[in-house]
Amino acid sequence: MCGRIDDPKGKSRVEYVIEAENLRKVFNNFVAVDGISFQVYPGECFGILGPNGAGKTSTIRMIYGFSPITSGKLRVFGLDITQKWRKIRARVGVCQQDNNLDADLNVRENLEIFAQYFNISRKQARGKAQSLLKFIALEHRQDDEVINLSGGMKRRLVLARALINDPDLLILDEPTTGLDPQSRHQVWDRLRELRSKKGLSILLTTHYMEEASQLCDRLIIMDHGRILVEGKPADLIRHHVGHVVIEVDDPSPKLRIFVQNHNLKHEDLGHRLIIYGQNQDSGRLFQEIDDQFVNENCILRMATLEDVFLKLTGRELRE
Amino acid sequence: MKARVSVGHELMRRKNAVFFTISRRFIRVWQRNWSVYRKTWKVSFLPPLFEPLFYLLAFGIGLSSFVGELSYRGFQVSYISFIAPALIAVNIMYNAFFENTYTSFVRMYYQKNFDAMLATPLSLEEIITGEIMWGATKSVIATAIMQSVISLLGFIHYPQGVLILPLSFLGGFAFGSFGMFITSIMPNIEIFNIPVFLFITPMFLFSETFFPINHLPDWVQKLSLLFPLTHLVRITRSLSFGLLDSGLLWNLAYLLIFSLIFFPLALLKMHSRLIK
Repeated sequence: MCGRIDDPKGKSRVEYVIEAENLRKVFNNFVAVDGISFQVYPGECFGILGPNGAGKTSTIRMIYGFSPITSGKLRVFGLDITQKWRKIRARVGVCQQDNNLDADLNVRENLEIFAQYFNISRKQARGKAQSLLKFIALEHRQDDEVINLSGGMKRRLVLARALINDPDLLILDEPTTGLDPQSRHQVWDRLRELRSKKGLSILLTTHYMEEASQLCDRLIIMDHGRILVEGKPADLIRHHVGHVVIEVDDPSPKLRIFVQNHNLKHEDLGHRLIIYGQNQDSGRLFQEIDDQFVNENCILRMATLEDVFLKLTGRELRE
Repeated sequence: MKARVSVGHELMRRKNAVFFTISRRFIRVWQRNWSVYRKTWKVSFLPPLFEPLFYLLAFGIGLSSFVGELSYRGFQVSYISFIAPALIAVNIMYNAFFENTYTSFVRMYYQKNFDAMLATPLSLEEIITGEIMWGATKSVIATAIMQSVISLLGFIHYPQGVLILPLSFLGGFAFGSFGMFITSIMPNIEIFNIPVFLFITPMFLFSETFFPINHLPDWVQKLSLLFPLTHLVRITRSLSFGLLDSGLLWNLAYLLIFSLIFFPLALLKMHSRLIK
């Protein structure tokens, strides 16, 4: 797979699947993406996280050549997106945010006709459609109209459609938004299978932290068009939050003083105090707080990516 | 000198960009529409088959007893043979125009087909070109069906009448491009009523379709000559009557110029609508 990522002259291997340098996207006067730089390595699952309006979708739309970049540099497979967009798109599979399946076609035709857009022959397309339908467990529904599929089935079909050209890079824009837990796990299972078997690179946006923790090797958290942090999920959690989190409802003034005196990393939400436990001793700290300052509603839990996310992007509502 | 080089470079860059790129890949979009059409052809072919019959029955037989014969370019013709070719021309306009307005709008806006295609090696220009070519194809299909019916009734003179088929493609391309231009500027599907009422209905009535325009007020005649349908009707009618003369080149030129204005305009406007 890596061997296929060659530069245009075919001489040396290109290091990155995606290379963004000071990438900007401006709509009229609104800056959607404000000079971001990042790289995605071959075979990696890379996540872009952020609240609504952070610039996630704008970023990936530039990557598959849907929206022109305003400024900066963007190379995919080592190719310049502004020049070689057609070559790039031929090697990319995209699951857009909407289920934009072709409502005039049935399940099988959705794959076969989409294949034609890539200049894949009819015969080849038929074979690929069958194996993909098997992969997403929709063989038995292949002659159904897409309108009759459930949300989860539609999503799986969109995923299959994105794989019709055997992409080297799969781009997923919020792949599981609006799905029930069963369907979500189905999609995750398929994605894990793809990641381990084919070793293709995956770029996904999400605002489900669990999804990012489960799937991503590395991720960035964006807000207001900028990158706040970049790293592996576990590293980000350890670095920004710690090991555990202690949450106390209706904290007493005494507790607040205790927290300040001990210089504990914390966040005060008024009705709730969130204390970040930096080390292995946090268990003892929890006991101390629970015994001395709180009557009820004090919990100790593992730190998650969600803690990092909320800490960095704030808790106020978006949009 | 340096500046010139960079302008040239910029143009080269643009040429390759998502912008302004039309290759014959547009055929893929056409194929998609053709596949969908084949699924419903058993229903789709009925209107062009029966509509001319309804019109011929209503106007031809119902009205012709009041109208009798009329003179057209020095010939005495029956009213029914006067309107028969116009019905073909109107159908050429309707098929492409409605395909590239309502139906294309549904594909673009509700079904998001264009968005999905833009994640493949197709450019927006190819998508729009494929759509317009498909609109023109629908005009050809409708013309073929309708022409067979009208020919069986003996209203089309051959071999000249054979040329109506390629003409229907040009006419379809012209009205399809115009329709696609309208689609590119329509905020929602309800508003299509306005261009229909402003352009399509007046053209249907005043393009020398159901009566000669030479006894109408001067300004109406001038306006009528601006309508592309007038020119399409004139060519169709002349071909049906077996009259081929150089005057038709002017009508043909008008249709070509109309296409050459609205086709690029449709591409440009669609681009500014969809590529953000």
